[in-house]
Amino acid sequence: MAENVETVKGTSLWKDAWRRLLKNKLAVFGLIVMTIMVVAVIIGPVIIRWTTGFTADYIPSEGDLIKSFPPSAQHPMGTDEAGRDMLARVLQGGRISLMVGVISTIVSLIVGVSYGAIAGYMGGKIDNFMMRLVDIIYAIPYILIVIVLLSVFGGPNTPTFIQTMASTFGGGQALSQIFLLFFALGLVSWLTMARVVRGQILSLKNQEFVMAARATGVSTPNIIFRHLVPNALGPVIVYATLTIPSVMLTEAFLSFLGLGVQAPYASWGSLAADGIKNIAIYPWQLIFPGVTMALTLFSLNFLGDGLRDALDPQTRKF
Amino acid sequence: MLSFILRRLLIIIPMALLVVTVTWGLIRIAPGNFYSSEKKLPAAVEANIQKKYGLDKPWYQQYGIMMLNILKLDFGDSLKYQGQSVNEIIRRHLPYSATVGILAYLLALAIGLTAGIIAALKQNSAFDYGSMALAMLGLSLPNFVLGPILVLAFALGLYILPPARWGGISSLILPVITLAAIYMAYIARLTRAGMLEVMRSDYIRTARAKGLDEKTVLLKHGLRGGIIPVVSFTGPALASLLAGTVVVEKVFAIPGLGNIFIQAVLNRDEPLILGIVAFLSILIMIFNLAVDISYGFLDPRIRYE
Repeated sequence: MAENVETVKGTSLWKDAWRRLLKNKLAVFGLIVMTIMVVAVIIGPVIIRWTTGFTADYIPSEGDLIKSFPPSAQHPMGTDEAGRDMLARVLQGGRISLMVGVISTIVSLIVGVSYGAIAGYMGGKIDNFMMRLVDIIYAIPYILIVIVLLSVFGGPNTPTFIQTMASTFGGGQALSQIFLLFFALGLVSWLTMARVVRGQILSLKNQEFVMAARATGVSTPNIIFRHLVPNALGPVIVYATLTIPSVMLTEAFLSFLGLGVQAPYASWGSLAADGIKNIAIYPWQLIFPGVTMALTLFSLNFLGDGLRDALDPQTRKF
Repeated sequence: MLSFILRRLLIIIPMALLVVTVTWGLIRIAPGNFYSSEKKLPAAVEANIQKKYGLDKPWYQQYGIMMLNILKLDFGDSLKYQGQSVNEIIRRHLPYSATVGILAYLLALAIGLTAGIIAALKQNSAFDYGSMALAMLGLSLPNFVLGPILVLAFALGLYILPPARWGGISSLILPVITLAAIYMAYIARLTRAGMLEVMRSDYIRTARAKGLDEKTVLLKHGLRGGIIPVVSFTGPALASLLAGTVVVEKVFAIPGLGNIFIQAVLNRDEPLILGIVAFLSILIMIFNLAVDISYGFLDPRIRYE
């Protein structure tokens, strides 16, 4: 009955997509887990009152022979080799890991979307050249590119804006190297995004609204970024949500190899790498950061899948 | 068709040379070189070393000489492993990576395809949800977490499999499973999506309408179109598997190519880096070509001029 009285309301693409997303149980699960994760990572220090991972109630003395204890009521995830609370370390690591996801993805978004949109709109020789360049970069192992970027822009050569960013977050040289890593990761993850956007632009650029814009004398950059890019936003958002877990995995992989986040900072990847060394004796040092990271990636992947189904009705499940 | 294949084969050579050029440029852009990490040498010794490796010549001459040698498939000697040619090193370490990689891909194909097909046929069933959630877990579990957890369970807990090292079939089981997990997950998802799309297409309806039994419709008509996404994924995946996956090699102490490459990058071992990058890029392009050719057989609507 209530349905009958309801007045017909217009619905936008985004409202529609949001409704579809909320119907997808797995995506909602992902959304909830991610919300909890972000909140926990932000308010973590307020609850645990850690000082670089030692909780206020336990600081090991030099004489303690064993400092790594299994999970207990006091330390839900146990303690690490140095006696630091693992929960505190995992939350600290989560800050870095989630920041990688956000910052690297934004960098890859900016580069990938601009590159793909320009290639797609320009077409012809420019497009051909730009996309062959993408093919070539694809063939070069990204790890090589990351290492070259880190060594070219590392140390004293770190761009000022990255140093400013690091000091805003209250860190010095060590933190600015981590931010540099975020940018380097973003600069190797834009290739697929560029292809996705180019494909979208190719199919959009011959439509009437573009012709109309051109006829009224809108400049080329304005056509690309104000008329075309907003229309390609659906696939871009979907691909961006799937980029987040992938850059997080890449960062973890680099940290695992000892190339990523360095002490005193930690990420889930570097914590897991430390844990692997002691796996036979202190398995909780690997299991907790590993499982936390897997749970996060799991949620992000589900969220990304849900968004794709919600935003792109053509590929929606039937 | 033949001219298409020839053309694509010929383009591999300039593309690989371009990739090598860009890689070389990247290595040279980064400050320092192989010797800068070693102990400081007397000037005379350093000059001799520079001379031996031709580093005293201007960069364009170095580049020219290198490219000419590469065209003869001679990448020179590794800087780190004195007296061993790059070709030798690749030949020695590739078999390990290839064995683990091929076995992992076969395992991933077998399980991934089966799970994907069943999930698509019984869409929205418990099997569908269960296997897809499992696949998502496979995508989300980093292999440096999965590997050690498997070691913990089967080697250190149950004592039924060796934790690491190379030797015998039993030592292959854990690395192969670790490596296969993510590919298995991808293949299952791709198969499911591909099958769902194909089973709704007109030619399947035609096949059913002409009275074919469901098994023939599925295996003879459905599967051919349905696995096209899996085939496109196979090219790059196989190349990356053959090249070895660094993490699995590190966790299980396998002397494969992946670790050699990472070490080469860290050591700035220029000839070795260029050799492996060239080898890999050619491998990827050949696999991609094979994939493109197989499209024609899988889907008769795809034609190459």
